Amino acid sequence: MSLAPALRRKRRKELATAAGFLSPWLIGFGVFFAYPLIATVYFSLTHYDGFNPPSFVGFKNYDYVITKFPFFWQSVRNTAWLVVVMVTLRTIFGMGIGMLITKIKTGGGFFRTAFYLPYLAPPVAATIAFAFLFNPGTGPVNHYLADLGIAHPPGWFNDPNWSKPSLVLLSLWGIGDLMVIFMAALLDVPAEQYEAASLDGANSWHRWRYVTLPNIMPIIMFAVITGVIQTLQYYTQAIVAGQVASGQIGGSGQQFEPGYPNGSTWTLPQLVYNIGFQRFDYGAACVVSILLFLIAMACTSLLMRRRSGLMAED
Amino acid sequence: MSNVATTPDSADSGLTSKPARANKGVPNSSAIAFRKAKRRRTLEWIAVHSVGLAVALVFILPFVFLFLTSVMTDDQALSSNYWPTHWVWSNYRAIFDVPGFGTWWKNTVEYAVLGTLLTVVSSVPVAYALAKFRFPGRRLAMMLVISMMMLPPQVIIIPMYLFWAKQMNMDGTLWPLIIPMAFGDAFSIFLLRQFLLTIPKEYLDAAKVDGCGELRTLIKVVLPMAKPAISAVALFQFFYCWNDYFGPQIYASDNPAAWTLSYGLQSFHGAHHTNWNLTMAATLLVMAPVIIVFFFAQKAFIEGVTLTGVKG
Repeated sequence: MSLAPALRRKRRKELATAAGFLSPWLIGFGVFFAYPLIATVYFSLTHYDGFNPPSFVGFKNYDYVITKFPFFWQSVRNTAWLVVVMVTLRTIFGMGIGMLITKIKTGGGFFRTAFYLPYLAPPVAATIAFAFLFNPGTGPVNHYLADLGIAHPPGWFNDPNWSKPSLVLLSLWGIGDLMVIFMAALLDVPAEQYEAASLDGANSWHRWRYVTLPNIMPIIMFAVITGVIQTLQYYTQAIVAGQVASGQIGGSGQQFEPGYPNGSTWTLPQLVYNIGFQRFDYGAACVVSILLFLIAMACTSLLMRRRSGLMAED
Repeated sequence: MSNVATTPDSADSGLTSKPARANKGVPNSSAIAFRKAKRRRTLEWIAVHSVGLAVALVFILPFVFLFLTSVMTDDQALSSNYWPTHWVWSNYRAIFDVPGFGTWWKNTVEYAVLGTLLTVVSSVPVAYALAKFRFPGRRLAMMLVISMMMLPPQVIIIPMYLFWAKQMNMDGTLWPLIIPMAFGDAFSIFLLRQFLLTIPKEYLDAAKVDGCGELRTLIKVVLPMAKPAISAVALFQFFYCWNDYFGPQIYASDNPAAWTLSYGLQSFHGAHHTNWNLTMAATLLVMAPVIIVFFFAQKAFIEGVTLTGVKG
């Protein structure tokens, strides 16, 4: 390790330059990531209502949330349901629309825009729009279904059995981002591989199964894992749909309890909000945060281990 | 496709016709194969485009309904008519009379513009260093950026809220959302770095040979080349701020003067729960800037999505 002094000086200068460029993020990492993560763990072990100083209570909050808090298991079940159904359907549907768009020869610009625009709609606006469209009494969707002779159309956001499927429909409407990613991946599949497969007598199913699928597998994995992480954060649509469908005022009143109708749209992020900011039990809210953190980090490490290009060097 | 050329009937027609006429009216085998392939292609074209059109209509229909409802009268918005009997354009003026609506616009624009500027200025140098510098721990740094990007905001919201509310006394404002953007945004850093990796090292070396320091290289050489990625990051961040609901709800819900459009919109509905026409007009107005900006910057935006989609 006997570097020449000049070389060592150069190394040190390089490191200082790097640190200079990285400094905004280094501060941000400490203040907005490392500190709050550690603090979340600490608060989860205390009783803290925001007024009296936090007092250490050990694992009492964990016991309270997991065994006694009324909506905990319901939130876990709903979140799991959304993760499985929403991610599966979004991935399949995103891939389908991506394949469709690569086959479209005429008017591609129109089709791309049509599929992409809903993704841009602000979630709150999109949710209010869907709550209006799917309104069981006055919405156009059920008017149409009645015209088609369907006597008992679903209650959509107002029916506990339909509220989650309605949220899935809303999320499928905003598939534009996945469409673009799949489109790019599909166009990247080498044409020679299709030609070679055709020469070997492969029909279109074989070509899809043995050429397309293996080529886009990394993108499917990417879509699934990021989809799971996104669904773990699922918040705005669930809470706004509940508020609009129930006709309850949100905003400064803050009296709206998530989960409408009948607890069917409770999710873990709403649990953090409800326990922390509506019940002012910051310690117990941190228990849910830690649970979310553990699941999200498990997914992230999967994403980084898969050779998905996230860590690509030059 | 390959077995079409040797069907029996096409071979037949080649045999029974006189050689002289074969060149004119009667098709030979390859012409039939060509025509068959052509018909197949036409059928496929029709199938693909009709499926595409049907799906595209379903995607567009909600916008059409929103628009039609937004120009209806109160009563009609609740009726079963799909087409407005009178076109009530004044609905769009009426929503600005709702207290707060103008303030929410101002707040949203402020949040989105300031947030975007701060994000770009603070994220570019970080991404540049992560893409092009050699230093110990750069892999670790990149892993941390990805972890930050993937972290649900609800995981750290309790200590963050307590920090801004108790230590900094800034609850009831949007500053707790804007200030952190001056310290680099993980997603923007990631996207910019993916792009900067594609810039050949030779350009940077050439700048160094010409005597540029790192900062000058960044400003004079890298920035002009990274324009598409920077516009993508700016757009994403602008839309993120514009659409943000969770942030304003946590920090500004007690102070309507600090609400943004996304947060105010649902209370707007609550305050006018039967006025679907006004609610839909407001909803469309909140969507409009995002859609207008997208039409002007489509290319940069799509490139950005593709870049984060990661090459397999």
